[in-house]
Amino acid sequence: MASLDAPRIVSSRRDFTDSFTLTRYLETGGYVALRKALTMFPEAVAGEVDAASLLGRGGAGFPAGRKWSMLRKSPISYLVVNGDESEPATFKDHYLVERDPHQLVEGVIIASYALQVNQAFIFMRGEFALGLERVQQAVNDAYAHGALGSKIFGSDFSLDIVVHPGAGAYICGEETSLIEALEGKRGFPRIKPPFFPAVTGLYGEPTVVNNVETMSNLPWIVNNGGAAFAALGAGRSTGTRLFALAGRVKNPGVYEIEMVKNTFRDLIYDPKLGGGIIGDKQIKAFIPGGVSAPWFGPELLDLPLGQDEVAGEGSMLGSGSIVVMDETSCVVRATWRITKFFSRESCGQCTPCREGSGWIERAMYRIEHGGGRMEDIDLLLDLCDNIAPGLTWPPQQTTICVLGPSIPSSVHSAIKMFRDDFVAHVEHGGCPHE
Amino acid sequence: MSHFRSDIRQRAEELVALYPRPRSAMLPMLHLAQEQDGYLSDEGIAEVAELTGTTPAEVRGTASFYDMFHLEPVGKYVVGVCTNIACLLAGGEEFLEHASTKLGCSVGSTSEDGLFTLEETECLADCDRAPVVQVNHRYMRTTTPEAFDTMVDDLRAGKLDHDVPPHGTLIRVRRSAGLRAPRQEVADQRVAAKAAREARAEETK
Repeated sequence: MASLDAPRIVSSRRDFTDSFTLTRYLETGGYVALRKALTMFPEAVAGEVDAASLLGRGGAGFPAGRKWSMLRKSPISYLVVNGDESEPATFKDHYLVERDPHQLVEGVIIASYALQVNQAFIFMRGEFALGLERVQQAVNDAYAHGALGSKIFGSDFSLDIVVHPGAGAYICGEETSLIEALEGKRGFPRIKPPFFPAVTGLYGEPTVVNNVETMSNLPWIVNNGGAAFAALGAGRSTGTRLFALAGRVKNPGVYEIEMVKNTFRDLIYDPKLGGGIIGDKQIKAFIPGGVSAPWFGPELLDLPLGQDEVAGEGSMLGSGSIVVMDETSCVVRATWRITKFFSRESCGQCTPCREGSGWIERAMYRIEHGGGRMEDIDLLLDLCDNIAPGLTWPPQQTTICVLGPSIPSSVHSAIKMFRDDFVAHVEHGGCPHE
Repeated sequence: MSHFRSDIRQRAEELVALYPRPRSAMLPMLHLAQEQDGYLSDEGIAEVAELTGTTPAEVRGTASFYDMFHLEPVGKYVVGVCTNIACLLAGGEEFLEHASTKLGCSVGSTSEDGLFTLEETECLADCDRAPVVQVNHRYMRTTTPEAFDTMVDDLRAGKLDHDVPPHGTLIRVRRSAGLRAPRQEVADQRVAAKAAREARAEETK
């Protein structure tokens, strides 16, 4: 049975059709947390986030409080919010920007106050036309309400927020690539070190980059205290989290549930959540954290939804996206499509990623569509090994960013778990499902 | 002579004023150029270069990196059908084929009447309503071939003009004003905040 007693922290307004308006936001406790934060010392606000142990909700899962404290030595210049949500089958930030834009804006103002920055940018993928309009309206409303601009709510703190549209590039979710895009350039990830924009960020100045969902948690944390947040979940995975459930389930959608207290089985099968597999088929495999993550088989359905728990089994909770494949799904076709995605989205800077993704995609294509050779199966593993030597998890890196080492995840998983399916494709001269 | 209409030109200049450096206005301004012309014309690119302090080659080189920018004319409606993992599992490939037949154009091309351009997209982050269809980046939520056909007919008949502006128009809500936190005020606040923090740190020692 799923554990559904935890409060909704970021999706508390999901039952209101007008949840995106200032009126509804104010009626449901909006901007109370900001007023409270402004009476606290900035480092005390940051201290609550630290106490909450809020792990970044973008994909890497780095503690937000630590990301902030690294900067406190040198004043930080800019806050940049990452709303470029593009990891395939991840759609939880989409929910937040369209349905609760004021919560995001309030979170950004609170974070800006804690960090004492006076200009913040919300970078959102361009395909979110409605999300961009809703967040821009929320920013306009916040200015009119006195929550943004000069001397917010009569305090000594001033802030501007700029809503910035992207233009269609998966790689811009990588934070240094996002900064390049925000500087008006091609979204090429930057060479590391320095590893953190906190050292060298926008225009070379100290910058914090945080995800939309991370920001959206802040009003609740300020209102209720970091300890109340940390009391939810277990271990390093505190609080609740938005999980985006997709694929062959009866009720795909975005669900906010307590971390660790629920398992993949709860999320996929509970009648109040995923509701089970379409047609009550058997589950074949699932991807636990976006297509960059190695796959799991049904034997791991009882694994808790926690960052360390999933890492312990050799994958990642990543972006909070879970994709379910059933016995009717062709895993070879799924792998080919994921590889095609990486091949299209490789920025082209690093040879192993640029060339490797194309070679893998072509080999996957011929296995799926006819013309595959038996030796292609081991060739695929060899190509993967060239991108991420040893095929370990977390992967070894031969490239500037982690897009490259994400490519082998699905190919390696699928061959390891379903080698017979690949063999059947080669022998059949194409996809036997057709 | 400005290629941009006066209202687009004004909005482009307002954009530049929002950023510490003019080049940061590049992506939003390219969206504006597409709003006027439907795609990125040579004249639009030249004007973006002028306003962002770059060259047309730099603008073109940047724009060509991003899927949403079109360097050649496209239809009034750019129809995107996703075939990435969640949509694939919901029959996205077959859906794309159906879309191609209905619109009368192959993937990546424009229908003869110039109304529709069909694209195969990567994940559009609406995976609980797969297969996902966007028209000019508006979610249409037509997950059956029948619903898709009705939508196309409605677009042709102009019944969806209110929901779906012509290609290029991205954000219809305009920013209400420029930056409101005065520079000197912000500079003073940063100095005061730093001093106050150091004083508190000294106290707790």
